[in-house]
Amino acid sequence: MTGPTESAPHDGASSAPADPDRRPTLAVWKFASCDGCQLSLLDCEDELLSLADAVNIAHFTEMSRATVSGPYDVSLVEGSITTPADARRIKQIRESSRRLVTIGACATAGGIQGLRNFAASGEYARTVYAHPEYITSLDTSTAIAEHVDVDFELHGCPIDRLQLLEVITATLAGRRPVIAGHSVCQECKGRGTVCLLVSQGIACLGPVTRTGCGALCPTVGRGCFGCFGPAETTNTPSLAAQLRRQGMAPVEMSRLFRTFNASAPAFLEESVAQGGSLPVARGVAVHPDGPEEDS
Amino acid sequence: MTHGSHPPRVIGVEGLSRVEGEGSLRVEVHDGTVIDVALEIFEPPRYFEALLVGRHFTEAPDITARICGICPVAYQMSACAAMEDACGVTVDERVNRLRRLLYCGEWIQSHALHIYLLHAPDFLGCADAVELAQLDRGAVERGLQIKRTGNLVMETVGGRAVHPVNVRVGGFYRAPDPASVTALIEPLRRARDAALATVEWVAGFDFPDVTGDYRFVALRDGGRYAIEGGRPASSEGLDVSPVEFADLVVEEHVARSTALHARLGGHDPYLTGPLARYALNVGGLSPLAAEAAVRAGLGPVCTNPFRSIVVRAVELVFACEEALSLAESYEPPDPPAAAVTPRPGVGTGVTEAPRGLLFHQYEIDGSGTIRWARIVPPTSQNQLTIEADLRRVAQGALELGDDELQWRCEQSVRNHDPCISCAAHFLDVTVVPS
Repeated sequence: MTGPTESAPHDGASSAPADPDRRPTLAVWKFASCDGCQLSLLDCEDELLSLADAVNIAHFTEMSRATVSGPYDVSLVEGSITTPADARRIKQIRESSRRLVTIGACATAGGIQGLRNFAASGEYARTVYAHPEYITSLDTSTAIAEHVDVDFELHGCPIDRLQLLEVITATLAGRRPVIAGHSVCQECKGRGTVCLLVSQGIACLGPVTRTGCGALCPTVGRGCFGCFGPAETTNTPSLAAQLRRQGMAPVEMSRLFRTFNASAPAFLEESVAQGGSLPVARGVAVHPDGPEEDS
Repeated sequence: MTHGSHPPRVIGVEGLSRVEGEGSLRVEVHDGTVIDVALEIFEPPRYFEALLVGRHFTEAPDITARICGICPVAYQMSACAAMEDACGVTVDERVNRLRRLLYCGEWIQSHALHIYLLHAPDFLGCADAVELAQLDRGAVERGLQIKRTGNLVMETVGGRAVHPVNVRVGGFYRAPDPASVTALIEPLRRARDAALATVEWVAGFDFPDVTGDYRFVALRDGGRYAIEGGRPASSEGLDVSPVEFADLVVEEHVARSTALHARLGGHDPYLTGPLARYALNVGGLSPLAAEAAVRAGLGPVCTNPFRSIVVRAVELVFACEEALSLAESYEPPDPPAAAVTPRPGVGTGVTEAPRGLLFHQYEIDGSGTIRWARIVPPTSQNQLTIEADLRRVAQGALELGDDELQWRCEQSVRNHDPCISCAAHFLDVTVVPS
């Protein structure tokens, strides 16, 4: 990550600009995904119109048929790279964006469609389509940061809309977004939620999952299933040992770590340690330590 | 193709806007006749039917929710219904009512999104809702207020608006406490009133004079307006069980689309969604919604696709009233979920997503592991009818200039609120004139 002193795309953009022509530009891009993270922007019902006053939403296909050509001050990118054309498109978007922020588990870790990374080449296409030859699709689903430099990664499946507003505000102001990197487990402790893992033996990824959702699942009596991916520091072997003592089979543990953030390094390593298949290398290297988040 | 000496007129839109997901549209005209139309879906395939194989049956609701961030509840409900069918489990009526309440939240959120942010700007000549807000900020704020209420229902019952966390096969992880459900009543009353104003607002739009020739397919649910279950029925008298319906629907894979095209019995295109539900369930509307429909000038069947925005607004009134009634009579299910023990077999689940029928089918083994999966989203089922509409609309509007004709064609596609992310693929609009 670049430091917080890095100059903003537009100095002073954080104060509400009165002149519409000087508003910073925001673009929203979609790759392989469910639309839920960009919907989070439209779900800012109380802030949407004032956001549109403060920034020029220059490209957002889901919201508008009008589009302004780049360059853009900030690009938000949803989705993962799964086709050769998209691998080229993300490079063009990077070139036309001063700041590029990835939003959601697909963009930051390849998403649920990244499970194809563990299957034999072409197997998935043959399962779904009568004519796989009509389909142009890569055998892998990869995070945006494996293709271009990314200025900030916002995690979640889906992202949290208040975190999204913080990222947009901070990025326009040229400061680093204030987004917590601690675990769901710590969030539960802060809220006084009784630990499901200890008190009821319910499998929970809370100790190794990044906070951001507000520890939603434990509050409804359900173990965390890892929507926000690995926390900044994790000890997955320790959690796995605890789950094993509670009688969880390796295949179940492998599934638990292998959902929306299956290719995030900490979850990938643990799912493999539990006997899950290795990712099949097809020209896109899997880095055990993960790609650098930024240049 | 045979045609005259003039080059063809081609209208094309790559990157169709104000729809969920990515697609394009193309219309080709030779000598005053539309000779080809295509709704192309380019959304990259995500292979859900393949990645579900080998997963546990209890994971299907959360995994398939990720097919669509706009209608995750529809995916969760169809997945639960299919798994409960496979395991021979019937859930408690209070669980069903809570599911219906959650689903109403999604209808409210999704319909408000489509009416105000995606569709209404077309009728008022605006590029988007931001431009519309410059003309009528109050209207857009009213839409956002309704949408916020839908999200509030989903957060209260489901724990989260996008990809709710509280749904499980058999019911819910925890029943919401009665005070939190009671707190929905006032916002729902305001949303219902705003929905009534919505019907009045959209009924005053100008509608191109177009009549579609539709084979409607929707669920019927014992006389009430179908949402979370029922029997598939058609305007031509079909009335079958979910599994019989699944057998009737034949999907074909065509080169231009990563979505599969569905036909009944392998030959008949059909339409699901608000127009179909309305035609087959009009007697089940709540009193206020039924009155609003009459005031808006809707008969018992609406076949002008541009007036689907009015039908959607009537359903918005209905969903608010229904949610209100469910919230007022809420009794927490206890236990919140039925115990579901896996057994080998096939299960089918069909529910009404905001934009149309969504069915899931799974085979599981005795350990609960998924052996195969089949998911047929509304847009796959509607795609052939959307193309037929496009042909009809374009043919009737050839006097328009290219820009206006292109916009009309886009609007024609948006009439059906296609969800391209659901169809797993992308849609592209292009008009080619000669």
